[in-house]
Amino acid sequence: MHNMSAHAAAHHAPPHGFIRKYVFSVDHKVIGIQYTTLSLVAAFIGMALSWVMRIHLGWPTAAIPFLGRLSPNGAPGGLLTPEYYLSLMTMHGTIMAFFVLTAAPMAGFGNFMLPIQVGAADMAFPRLNMASFWVTFVGFVLACATFVIPDGPPLSGWTAYAPLSAVGSEAGPGQGWGQNLWGLSIAVFCVASLLGSLNFIVTTIDLRTKGMTLSRLPLSTWAWFINAWVSLLAFAVLLPTCLLLVLDRLGGTSFFIPGGLVMNDKMLPHSGGSPLLFQHLFWFFGHPEVYIIILPAFGIVAHVMPTFIRKPLVGGWKVITYAMAAIGALSFVVWGHHMFVSGMSPYMAMVFSVPTLIITIPSVIAVLVFAASLYGANIRFTTPMLFCLGFISLFISGGIGGFFLAQPAVDSYLHATSFVVGHFHFTMGLSAIFATFAGFYYWFPKLWGRMMNETLGKVHFWLTFVCVYLVFMTMHLMGFTGAVRRYSAFVDDFMVPLMPTNRFISVAALLLGAVQFIFLYNVIWSRFKGPKAPDNPWQATTLEWDTTSPPPFDNFGGRQMTVHHGPMEYDGDASVMQTSTEKSIAGT
Amino acid sequence: MNQPELTMSTGEVLMEGSPYGIEKKKLGIWLFIVSDACTFATFLFGYGYMRVGSKNWGTPFEFPTILNGIVMTFILLSSSLTMLAAVRATQAVQKASANKWLGLTMLLGTVFAILHLREWFKMIGEGWRLFHNPTGGAAQFGATFFSVTGLHLAHVICGVLALLFITRGYNRGRYDSSHVETAGLYWHFVDLVWMFVFPMMYLMNAAR
Repeated sequence: MHNMSAHAAAHHAPPHGFIRKYVFSVDHKVIGIQYTTLSLVAAFIGMALSWVMRIHLGWPTAAIPFLGRLSPNGAPGGLLTPEYYLSLMTMHGTIMAFFVLTAAPMAGFGNFMLPIQVGAADMAFPRLNMASFWVTFVGFVLACATFVIPDGPPLSGWTAYAPLSAVGSEAGPGQGWGQNLWGLSIAVFCVASLLGSLNFIVTTIDLRTKGMTLSRLPLSTWAWFINAWVSLLAFAVLLPTCLLLVLDRLGGTSFFIPGGLVMNDKMLPHSGGSPLLFQHLFWFFGHPEVYIIILPAFGIVAHVMPTFIRKPLVGGWKVITYAMAAIGALSFVVWGHHMFVSGMSPYMAMVFSVPTLIITIPSVIAVLVFAASLYGANIRFTTPMLFCLGFISLFISGGIGGFFLAQPAVDSYLHATSFVVGHFHFTMGLSAIFATFAGFYYWFPKLWGRMMNETLGKVHFWLTFVCVYLVFMTMHLMGFTGAVRRYSAFVDDFMVPLMPTNRFISVAALLLGAVQFIFLYNVIWSRFKGPKAPDNPWQATTLEWDTTSPPPFDNFGGRQMTVHHGPMEYDGDASVMQTSTEKSIAGT
Repeated sequence: MNQPELTMSTGEVLMEGSPYGIEKKKLGIWLFIVSDACTFATFLFGYGYMRVGSKNWGTPFEFPTILNGIVMTFILLSSSLTMLAAVRATQAVQKASANKWLGLTMLLGTVFAILHLREWFKMIGEGWRLFHNPTGGAAQFGATFFSVTGLHLAHVICGVLALLFITRGYNRGRYDSSHVETAGLYWHFVDLVWMFVFPMMYLMNAAR
């Protein structure tokens, strides 16, 4: 039996040649940057889709010539059909939820930082890690391919509710090969996520360096570790759900299609399936999924904040870690709250309402810890810190909406309104994006060895913060008036008086999008022209700042790191590194 | 044998190697098993949901089918035993014995797959399809039967191929007993899944 030294395990020689080094690389740092770049591209595509939707909602008669060329059927003469509006909405949700929010904070930053934070040279299974990225990439290409096939993208929403998603091209444009590609894309994404989470868990358990006990793990590592467990269980359910959906579509089975279904004046030959089964399976994945999105965000904020408030979080590592673990566990028993108005038994609605309210307790504890830690702190208002504060604000604002929606009686009224759209954009959408921005500004010097421009960063933060509130708080208000989700235009019903409000949101949303180009400019400019970053520009304490920027191929230049205490130890305003100052040579 | 070296100094535990004495390969396959179990559970949950929600489920399996299933179960369980012997042999560095047991395990797996496919083709010949029930009962019978047993059969076939790959590597000195043990964990899991699939898909659908 060979020796399983934590450090011998992941050693491999630095690669040569462009392809091995930057394309099919097994280096976790390159893979982390690949994931981050993929997410950045996906985020701008997803945002462009939301612009088209907002332009159409604000000015329903305005033509967008580019779209007319992209999809002559979906937007004849540049004017969106209601079906194409739904297709854009579906792809906005799919791309944002899977390829941005799931991928960036976990697979992007996690891949780059987790092995360094635990003092390892690489992930536990480097080749599996490379496979996860490239499988994700294939999934992304399949999702984007729906735009260029004649059928167009599917219109069944990111949740792909059956029977609409299960019956085939009778159900509308995009429901033929568009939906098939969607199903394959998500199935492929599930496989990639499963491989990734497996790798994260084994790395955290097996590859920690000397002295890196569980109580000394940085909170971001804790978050990725807990999140990997949630992903491992949740994506393992979405994968077979996608397979059953594809079987219904291509194999003629009737898992999700009820008998006697008539579509486009055609009686379908299916019988005995249950659309509710799809919703149960989807949301058994889907609710953990929103926590899969927000847990790394908690971790990033918990990791970044102590650096800039120069003191530990209230309650140390334990409170946040236990809260995140509780959220992870409870996230598997609340899925029914997405189905209060689906025809599920009303008694079940009560059953699911209780854990839904219980899961707010650890969430509130985590956010209160962040807020309370600010008290009496000597705060350094850097860009990453501002984004952490923005995260706290957005998560509280969005979370309060959650109390309304957790009540079946109130939810019956609010369920299909823009209140829900505003709620989930605040909580799982923009909170996670703000934490991702915090992580991006914080770790950029480590990723590329250059500093980002602070002034541009602060301008980016304040404009984004204000616009986000203008867009999504207004959506909450519109929801109270009964403004229905998923409608492509409010031209001929009781919602006509809401038109000015709609235009207001559209203008704010377009502005919000435009502001992101400040960020993009800052990224590209700083990547090539930014001032050189020192090893530890933020006076942080964790292992990733105890090496060069960017780190060498084996992360610590042959040093064996020994950890002596937890990550949140500050001596007044001076930081105390987790490691000893004497640098020994590897091979102890 | 795999104990990590723990050094106590001033009350703190310094870890050398893996803190839980688990090899990363072994931990990795356990995590794979956890997630794969969720995947099977989803299929079986779908089966239960379909079955409970159906008014005309029917129990079409006659005695020959059940007997075939019992033989298959016996073969698969035996293969777990031979796998165990193979792991023991590789740990004791008995190459010839290891090859014998690994070969026997692959043989039993292959016989299982052949018996299973024979059953499948017989049913297809009788008119069973993913979307059609020749006995007039719920169409979901074929859908659930073929998808659940098909997923399991795919696991068995992948397992045989993996064992082939591992055996080759073992004989060439590229892999050691830890690789065989990891493959063994997967093999036992596939057997364990059958112990859920057989009662639920065969015994519960036996004609009475």
